[in-house]
Amino acid sequence: MYPLLVLLTPIAGAVILGLWGHRASAGGVNAAISLLTLIAAALLTAQVVEYGPMLAFDELFFVDSFNVFLVALTALVGFTTALFSRPYMLIEMHHGRINARRLRLYHASYQLFMFTMLLALLTNNLGIMWVAMEAATLATVLLVSLYRTPASLEAAWKYFILCGVGIAQALFGTVLMYFASEQVLGAGGTALLWTHLDAVKSQLEPSVLTLAFVFLLVGYGTKVGLVPLHSWLPDAHAEGPTPVSAVLSGLLLNVALYALVRNKVLADGALGSDLTGNLMMGFGLLSVVIAAFSLSRQQDAKRLFAYSSVEHMGLITFAFGMGGPVATFAALLHMTVHSLTKSAIFFVVGHASQKAGTQMMDSIRGLVDTNPTIGWGLMLGSLAILGMPPFGVFASEFLIITTAMREHPWATPFLLAALGVAFAAVFGKVQPMVFGETTGRRLPHPPAILPVFAHLALVLVLGVYIPPYLAQWYRQAAALIG
Amino acid sequence: MSASMSTQLINLFASLLLLIAFAMLAQRRVLSLIHLFAWQGAVLALNTTLVAFVTDQHHLYYSALLTLVLKVILLPWILHRLIDKLNVRWDVETLVNIPTTMLIGVVLVIIGFNVAMPISHLSATVTRGTLGIALASVLLSFMMMITRRKAVPQVIGFLAMENGLFFAATSATYGMPLVVELGVALDVLVGTFIFGIFTFHLREAFDSLDIEHIEKLKER
Amino acid sequence: MNEAIAIQVAKTILVVLLAPLFTGWVNQCRAWLQNRRGPGLLQPYRALRKLFHKDAIVAHRASFLFRATPYIRFGSMVLAASIIPTLVTGLPIAPAADVIALVGIFALGRVFMALAAMDIGTAFGTMGARREMLIAFLAEPALLMVFFTPALISQSTSLSTIVHTLAYQPFVIHPGLAFAALAFLMVLLAENARIPIDNPATHLELTMIHEALMLEYSARHLALMDWASNLKLLAYTTIGVALFVPWGIARAVDGSAIWVALLCLLAKLAAAGAALALLETLSAKLRIFRAPEFLAMAFLLAVLGLLTHVLLEGAA
Repeated sequence: MYPLLVLLTPIAGAVILGLWGHRASAGGVNAAISLLTLIAAALLTAQVVEYGPMLAFDELFFVDSFNVFLVALTALVGFTTALFSRPYMLIEMHHGRINARRLRLYHASYQLFMFTMLLALLTNNLGIMWVAMEAATLATVLLVSLYRTPASLEAAWKYFILCGVGIAQALFGTVLMYFASEQVLGAGGTALLWTHLDAVKSQLEPSVLTLAFVFLLVGYGTKVGLVPLHSWLPDAHAEGPTPVSAVLSGLLLNVALYALVRNKVLADGALGSDLTGNLMMGFGLLSVVIAAFSLSRQQDAKRLFAYSSVEHMGLITFAFGMGGPVATFAALLHMTVHSLTKSAIFFVVGHASQKAGTQMMDSIRGLVDTNPTIGWGLMLGSLAILGMPPFGVFASEFLIITTAMREHPWATPFLLAALGVAFAAVFGKVQPMVFGETTGRRLPHPPAILPVFAHLALVLVLGVYIPPYLAQWYRQAAALIG
Repeated sequence: MSASMSTQLINLFASLLLLIAFAMLAQRRVLSLIHLFAWQGAVLALNTTLVAFVTDQHHLYYSALLTLVLKVILLPWILHRLIDKLNVRWDVETLVNIPTTMLIGVVLVIIGFNVAMPISHLSATVTRGTLGIALASVLLSFMMMITRRKAVPQVIGFLAMENGLFFAATSATYGMPLVVELGVALDVLVGTFIFGIFTFHLREAFDSLDIEHIEKLKER
Repeated sequence: MNEAIAIQVAKTILVVLLAPLFTGWVNQCRAWLQNRRGPGLLQPYRALRKLFHKDAIVAHRASFLFRATPYIRFGSMVLAASIIPTLVTGLPIAPAADVIALVGIFALGRVFMALAAMDIGTAFGTMGARREMLIAFLAEPALLMVFFTPALISQSTSLSTIVHTLAYQPFVIHPGLAFAALAFLMVLLAENARIPIDNPATHLELTMIHEALMLEYSARHLALMDWASNLKLLAYTTIGVALFVPWGIARAVDGSAIWVALLCLLAKLAAAGAALALLETLSAKLRIFRAPEFLAMAFLLAVLGLLTHVLLEGAA
């Protein structure tokens, strides 16, 4: 029942907001619907935590500890982003960057996007998972180009074409997966159900699965933003409205990686070799290094943090690639803390650039003087994302690096160097933004700062103390992924 | 119909698909591209019907019907309306060096076959080569998207790529489960609509549908 | 054996005599398609008769090569036409009918023609020779690639064996042949100075290719050159017919089968001629700079045909 509730709430929200999303109160409605989704997700989580993995609706949905934690995270960030976007979009309207029709488009697409994310997470069918991922691209294309500026249109076009092409490769991979499973399970609907595939994964034909995984890696990897398929990511993040950047970075990338990892489990079972892990480690490491070195060249605040997302997704992919209980645990933890921290950073950056009237970092100065909460939020968020203790990012990065040292010592110098370069680049750019001479102006609506500090507080808590049920939960998920 | 006859027919359809993919690669006119796309859809629908008939999989008849409605009628119709509205019906693209493009295309075909070779013998349904042809036409559409500088042909390339994937699904397996196929079809349809809206925005902002004009977002 | 030789001779004579008629048929169809009355089917014969009755004028600088070329070219075309199996497979000269040799025979005629055109040293002759060779060096490999697909199917480069295999094996669809047929059509158009590449009806200086080579010929020389061109068109068409629609050809020298084969051949040639005329009417002439592209496409299509054959049916 709960999975359906989790999915129907955003669908209903999309319909409601598609009709009334242009009203001034729509931001509140958006947040309220997101809250309902969050409650449904929480109920679902409680149920799964209590009774273990569940199948629902003719095996159409499958919830285990791996995806339920992502469902909870997605619903949570979806809710806080909705809270943030209420004043943010009103300010944008006040500045004349969007009109009422586009506000309605924004609200309806936002809920549709949440729906596609949750569908991709909850479905048991690998084909539906693909459909949902593609639909997520479609739901966000018009959001990225919401401002209709040449730059935003270009970013959206790039996003549309690159992700479309990428995701087409994933469809080919899915077809191959079905091809392999059909040999074992026979034709029909069950041959694409993950639970059925998981049960027979050791019998799947290895040569087909190898090819399938390569295509899936390229396909979903494009959406994860793995180098060299990442070029859409900074553009889409920088040119879209900030709430969209926050959900793209905090949720979409996670969900794409989730899709990849689900398929990796099957490929691993069939292959019995390190091939998939090595591929993911390679792409992950490459992303970490290239993204870290691109950071210092950025001038646009949102591009900077978009590249930081590429770096962190690379790190998570690397950790999943290493495999084993510790690394997978760390990867899951890092997914959580990165998503919370990065969305918090986008919230503050969004407001900061609204105040400055530009996203160029050279023009954003002295945030601590004009608006101390935004200033400190940015500073703390940046420190958190850079892996400073006691934030949660430190804990997960520490786990990843120590595992890498033990099992793949050759990779550690690259990782450490990349993290060092990233630190220098981001800190060097954020510091004057926070403490420099002020240039700000007053905002017509008070910004929503609560989500920022709520996220950062959660990350802080995760850094010093992981509640036992959460740790248990991660361990179960880690055991599932292997 | 004998088994070998149907195999030959499927091979023939596969080659036709490949031929159309090559023709698209070399076609300069937007209008002819749309016609070629519709033909590709028709070949796909025929092929799906044939596979449905041979393997006695009833859901494939539905997917053939879906292909016919979506790819032979609906999408070409949308594209026709689009190029009418955008007034690019008679657009001719300047493609440089078609022979080289085609030569790379031939190489792609060989790559496609080589990649698919180790696994195609597992296919229970049809002949060995069709998976390779499906992959090759996906790669060719990809190539077409790379060589095009205009928005409409790029999207036709994207749709043609989806055709190749669909062919892979029907030729390597008994077709994907119907619910997945419906979902994919919905995505393609919505994607085309969004693209249609998008081209108008593009033209409003840039006064051109030339992708070269909108490559400003480079690394600074 | 004697009977076979008689058939062979009769067939060769028939083809040689039929060639102008085929050209006349194509021209007549074209005229009809363009809403003209047309000169009639027999016009090429009348033209040939007229030319044979005239006195030949030869440029005073012309060498022996210039005089010999019409005979060499005509001879090579007669040879080509005689070895292509049109009515019966397995005739006495059949072992000579190797596809690679055939390409060589066509090349022989062309080389002498180009040399003769340059021999007298007029500007048009040299230009025509240059263009002709430009097209030839692209068309020849394409033609060879076209031949390789059926050669692979029948495991032989002998035209007679190929036709025999294709006509008498149980019916199989060869997708590779479809590509080859398309490529062959393109080569046929280019090699016979048909419309997308050249216009047989034009004497417009800047665009002509084939006509430029023959500008200095007159009377019986010109007649032979024209007749050779007619023969070439017929030879190409019969090759196409033999490779891609071989059905109806007689398997052995046998009275009734030959008559059936003859009827089939005439019907197929009539259809092919009409199709050729239709194609020429519908398409526009390409600029000469686009000709290499056209032929490169033909080559690639032929390669693709070969590839699909090897990959789809190879070792199957």
